[in-house]
Amino acid sequence: MTGHLLLTSVPRLAQHRHLKRDEQRGLWTVQAPERYFVLDDTAHAILSRCDGQASLAVIIESLCASFPDAPRDTIAADVTHLLQGLADKGVIAA
Amino acid sequence: MIPDPPLAVLAELTHRCPLQCPYCSNPLDLERAAGEMTTDEWRDAIRQASELGCMQIHFSGGEPTVRPDLEMLVAEAAAAGLYTNLITSGVLCDRARLERLASAGLEHVQLSFQGATSDVGDRIGGHTGGHEKKRLFARHVRGAGLPLTANFVVHRQNLHQLDAMIEMAVGIGAERAEIANVQYYGWALQNRAALMPSRAQLDAMIEKVSAARERLKGVMAIDFVTPDYYAKRPKACMGGWGRRFLNISPSGKVLPCHAAESITTLTFDTVRERPLADIWLHSPAFQAFRGTDWMPQPCRSCDRKDIDWGGCRCQAFAITGDAAQTDPACALSNDHDRLVSIASEEAQSGGDGFITRNFRSAKLAPTL
Repeated sequence: MTGHLLLTSVPRLAQHRHLKRDEQRGLWTVQAPERYFVLDDTAHAILSRCDGQASLAVIIESLCASFPDAPRDTIAADVTHLLQGLADKGVIAA
Repeated sequence: MIPDPPLAVLAELTHRCPLQCPYCSNPLDLERAAGEMTTDEWRDAIRQASELGCMQIHFSGGEPTVRPDLEMLVAEAAAAGLYTNLITSGVLCDRARLERLASAGLEHVQLSFQGATSDVGDRIGGHTGGHEKKRLFARHVRGAGLPLTANFVVHRQNLHQLDAMIEMAVGIGAERAEIANVQYYGWALQNRAALMPSRAQLDAMIEKVSAARERLKGVMAIDFVTPDYYAKRPKACMGGWGRRFLNISPSGKVLPCHAAESITTLTFDTVRERPLADIWLHSPAFQAFRGTDWMPQPCRSCDRKDIDWGGCRCQAFAITGDAAQTDPACALSNDHDRLVSIASEEAQSGGDGFITRNFRSAKLAPTL
């Protein structure tokens, strides 16, 4: 599993974890071994930017550009918190 | 009330299995090979499960790898957009076959162990050489880059190996270990006196699991399922009857849980005769205990009724003879004290002999 995320880390979905639309319920999810994570809009905005290329810093920049009304510090803290939590659960690798 | 669609389907492809575990979750009345659905029938059922709203499929049995068409069924599920999981004993599948399954779209493997060593594991599973085959299979799984869950069903005759099981799971590269106490239906109910732990043994297990979770943070996750005879409140069995989950038996019977056929007062429709969506939405067996309207007191006025959904219907039936009763695992049930004394007495005085799970015993076993 992944340790502490840095701004230079490149977070991506771990092997055999998939971002998947649940059409029946109108939700975004992550499918994982015997697990199913439902994503809210914020979590989806973050995870859809984890493409295996973008670093944590780049992901935060991209979100700041898309949500100009939100304070940068808040976005940075939220993104780091969410991705670190998912890394601790093995959903995210970096 | 229109129910939400199910999230997951358990496809019990067969009841054939080289192991003979005395707590097997299959019904006592095992389905013979001749009664199993064909490849095309399974493919159709898989497509229907996806259309109905299932997101995940668990291929199980019996031993699912006895079906030579497993690769085709995994491919069908993957093509239908289902996340695929194989629940296996690991004793029949070589490396080449596992790689074919991975290529077909398999995403995850849950591998069962009956102990931490060959002497214990092979005796409980009733299959000589099984434990070593499982360890070899685990290497194939990790070699194919698939995530691995190690499953250990624990009971009085193997719980002394709990720490060694956890250590072994780490050693074989499992990302998750499932330590599940036996749940007493079907075969396990027949063998309850040989399997039931004492409360002191349960307390010791809980302590060991908590310590291991702390020690292995970031290395391996551990799920723990308690034996509910010693519980205060019942488990939220299946997340509620007919709420998130359905099970398809080898012959195509559609069940709210894998043990539901132990409730002999219900009859179950099959996907051979009725569309899956129609069964999920309208069949009497699924409607029987869905939601909270069916509940007796004290469940009906309980503030936990939307949390535990009244517990387990199979257990209510097994212990009281009435599937609509409060689950005796709940301390508020009139039958709870009796359940606890059964557990304590059997943990003390039960022997070590099993009725082994196989087709021969299936004929001989009395129907409870």
